[in-house]
Amino acid sequence: MMFNLKTDRSQYPQPGPDGKLEIDLETGKYLKLWQGPNHPGITGNMSVELTVCGDEVVAGKTHVGYLHRGFEKLMERRSFIQVFPIVCRVCVPEPDFNEYCYAAAVEELAGIKVPELANWMRTLILEMGRFNSYMMFLGGISGALGLGVVGQWMTYVRDLMLDRFEELTGARIYHMFILPGGVRGHLPDGFAGRMEEVLRTAEKYLADVEKVMFRNAVYKRRTKGIGVIDPKLFEPYGVTGPNARAGGVAKDLRKDAPYLVYNELDFEVQTGKDSDIHTRVDVRYRDIHQSIALIRQILQKMPKDGPVMAKIPNVLHWQIPRGETYIKGESSRGEYGYYLVTDGSGYPRRINVRGPSYTHAMALLEHLIPGTNISDVAQLMVSLHTYPPEIER
Amino acid sequence: MKHFDPTFKKDTEKEFPLREEMRPRTVETPDGQTIEIEPLKDYFCEAPPKVHPKAYSKIVEDFYNWARAESLWILGFGTGCGAIEMRPLMTPRFDAYRWGIQWRPTPRQSNLLMISGYLSIKTLKRAIRAYEQMQQPKYVVGLGSCTINGGMYWDSYNTIKRLDDYLPVDMYIAGCMPRPEALLAGFVALKKIIKAGKAEGANLYAENFAQYKANQKAVIKDWDMPDYSW
Amino acid sequence: MMKDLIAKLKKHYKLTEPDYRRADLTFVTAQKDELRSLLIALRDIEGFTHLVLLTAVDWLEEGLFQLTYMLNNRAANRTLALRVMIPRANAVGDTIHDLWPTAETYQRELREMFGIDFPGSPRVNDEFILEGWTDMPPYRRDFDSLAYSLQTYRERPGRVTHDPREHMKKALYPDQKPEAAK
Repeated sequence: MMFNLKTDRSQYPQPGPDGKLEIDLETGKYLKLWQGPNHPGITGNMSVELTVCGDEVVAGKTHVGYLHRGFEKLMERRSFIQVFPIVCRVCVPEPDFNEYCYAAAVEELAGIKVPELANWMRTLILEMGRFNSYMMFLGGISGALGLGVVGQWMTYVRDLMLDRFEELTGARIYHMFILPGGVRGHLPDGFAGRMEEVLRTAEKYLADVEKVMFRNAVYKRRTKGIGVIDPKLFEPYGVTGPNARAGGVAKDLRKDAPYLVYNELDFEVQTGKDSDIHTRVDVRYRDIHQSIALIRQILQKMPKDGPVMAKIPNVLHWQIPRGETYIKGESSRGEYGYYLVTDGSGYPRRINVRGPSYTHAMALLEHLIPGTNISDVAQLMVSLHTYPPEIER
Repeated sequence: MKHFDPTFKKDTEKEFPLREEMRPRTVETPDGQTIEIEPLKDYFCEAPPKVHPKAYSKIVEDFYNWARAESLWILGFGTGCGAIEMRPLMTPRFDAYRWGIQWRPTPRQSNLLMISGYLSIKTLKRAIRAYEQMQQPKYVVGLGSCTINGGMYWDSYNTIKRLDDYLPVDMYIAGCMPRPEALLAGFVALKKIIKAGKAEGANLYAENFAQYKANQKAVIKDWDMPDYSW
Repeated sequence: MMKDLIAKLKKHYKLTEPDYRRADLTFVTAQKDELRSLLIALRDIEGFTHLVLLTAVDWLEEGLFQLTYMLNNRAANRTLALRVMIPRANAVGDTIHDLWPTAETYQRELREMFGIDFPGSPRVNDEFILEGWTDMPPYRRDFDSLAYSLQTYRERPGRVTHDPREHMKKALYPDQKPEAAK
C-alpha cells in the first residue's frame, strides 16, 4: 500500500540558485525553535536548534557538549589499569564496547595473548549489550511516536537482561568486566538455562511488538518514506552500521573484519533497501532476533572450561612501548573504535574514541533535517540511534 | 594518577564576550517603527525568589506537607548517565507511580528536579534555569557519587564537584550509578523529610540567593541570562 | 596488499617508513603539502572512501602536533592512517571538509580542543563542546586538568586520594625505605 507522502512545498521559501536558503530572522517569517536538552523527544542530553517556517523545518543545527567530561584528558592522567574503570562510562546504554575496544588496544600494543574462553565470554557480553542497546532503541522510537506500551515492554525485557548481566558481572549498567588481559570471571552455574528463559520472554514480547508496532497504520504512515538517507551520502558522511545496512550496504564489521570469535559463529548480515525510518527500525528489529540467536549459539559452542585471564605485568609499573593502534568493532550503532597512542611511559599518550554517533548526529543529521516536518524531527533523530555521550565524551 | 603541575596558572581572567543575539541593539519593526531592544531585560522577568511562608497552623502545614510528599512530579531532564536507571522506574517492575511519582515534560508542572549524575558547566546552566522555572515548593535530589564530591570525575575540568554549592539539595543518593531500588529508597526517604517539614531547599535558595548566584557565576563564564528567570 | 599500495604511493609522494601494525592496519607519515592530493588519490583511485577518524596527538616534547587521518577501504577491509606533523606554535591544518563533509565536525573539535585552526572549514570558530571557555584548549598536554579543577571548583572536604604505587608499597611492605626518586 502506498501513501501520498509528498508535501506541497510551493508555499515554503525556495532556495536560491546556489542551493542555499537565505534566512533572515528579522523578517518575521521564520522562527527559532530549540528542541532539547530538556525535551522528551530528544535522544538524551543534547539539543537541536531548528529554524522553522510554518511547520516546515528549513535549517537545523546540532548542539552537543552537555555531557562533556573530558574523558580523553582524564585517560591521559591515569595509568593503563586505572583507565579501565572509566572507559565504560563513555557510552551509557552499551558500555561493554568501550571496555572491549580499550582492552584489545592495550593488549595489542603490550603483546598480550588473550585465552580462548575469554574471547568467547567477551563475544557473549558484547551481544548481550547489543541486545540491550536495541531494546533501548525500540523503546525510544515507539516513545517518539506515542506508542508508549512498546517502551514499557522493552524496558522490562531489558531489565531481565540486566539481571543476567548482574549475575555475571555484579553490576547492572557499568559492568567493568572486560579488562586488559581477559575477563573477570567464569559463567555462573546454570547461567545458560536462565538466559534461555530471558530470551524466550524476549521473543514473546518481540512478537507482540511486531503486532502492535509494525502492523500499525499510524506507525507505517509516520515512518515510511520519511528521513530517507541517499545511499550516495554513506561514504562522504561516514554512515556505518544499521543506518547504512538499511540502505542496502551489506557491511557489518562482524562479517567483514571478524574480531573475537565472530568467524566461528553462523549469522547473516541484515539489510534493507529503502533507507527510510521504517527500514532502519526493521533492520534493527531483525538484528535483535539475530543477537538472540547469536547468544544461544555462543552459549552452546563456547568451551566449558579454561583460563579467562592472561598473565599481565604488574599493573602498578606497567609501561607500554611507543606505538599506536586502532581497534574497531560493530556496535549496535555502527563502527565503534578506539585509537590508542602510547609513548613508552606508564600512561597512555592519547586515546581517541570514534563513536558512530559522532558522524550520524552531527553532519548527517544537520543535512537530513531541512525539509522535514517539525513532528518528524524526533523520530528521525531516534531512528539514527544516536547516543550523545559518545559524541562529546 | 599524575599529580598536578604547580606551575599551571589558570587563565580565566579574560571576560567572555556577550553573545550577539543577547546584545542591546536597535531594530526596525515590520510596521516601520524603530525600537531599542535589550534582550536580557526585555525577554525575562527579574523578580528575585521569595521565601514561602508556612501555613497559619501546624495541622494545616502538616496537611500541605503530606499532600506535597504524595505527589512528587519529576522533571524529565536526564542530565547525566543516571537517567538510564530512571527508565525502569517508570515500568511495572519497579513502578514508582505507586508512590505518586511521575515524570513531567516541563518544569512548570514538576516539583522535583533529579540531577542524574555529573553536571558539566553547559548543563549546569540549563539545570539552574530549569530549577528556577519550577513552581514552589520544589525539591532537588542529587543522584550518584559525582554530584556529591565529583566521583569518577574528581579531576575533570568540565564538571562541578559538589552540587549543593549551586543548587539547594534536599537529598543525595549515593552510588555509581544508584540502582532502581536505591532510587526508590531515596524517594521514600525524601517523602519522610518533606512530611516532617524539613525539605526547605527552595526557601534556602531564596534566603541565600546572592551566595548561590555568586557560586554559579564563578563557574559559568558566559552568563547571558538574567539572575532569576522564572 | 598494503605493501604494494605503499610502494605505489611512494613513487609519487614522500612517505616515511610505514608501520605495519596489523595485516589490515598501516600507519605512515606524509608531508603536509602533499596531504590533499594524497587523500584525493586514495579516495578516488585506491578506494579508501571512508574517513574513519581525524584526530590529533600532542607531542609536547618535540613541539609537534600529529594529525591522524584514518581512511578505510571497506571493500578490501584495509585501514590506512596518515600521520601529518605540524608545528605546535600557531598550528594550522588544511581543511578537508569538501572531500568528506563529516570532517567539518572533526575540525571543529580539533579547533576547540587543541587550538588547531582549519581556515575555510565551516563554523570552525563556533563553540562545539565547551561553552564560555577562556583557558587554553584543554586537550593540549600543557593544560593540567587537576590543577584547573582545584583552582575552579570547590572540593568537598574529606576526600583522600592515594597514588596507588605509593599506597600499595606502604600497605604491602611497610618496613621498606622509600625508593629514591628517579
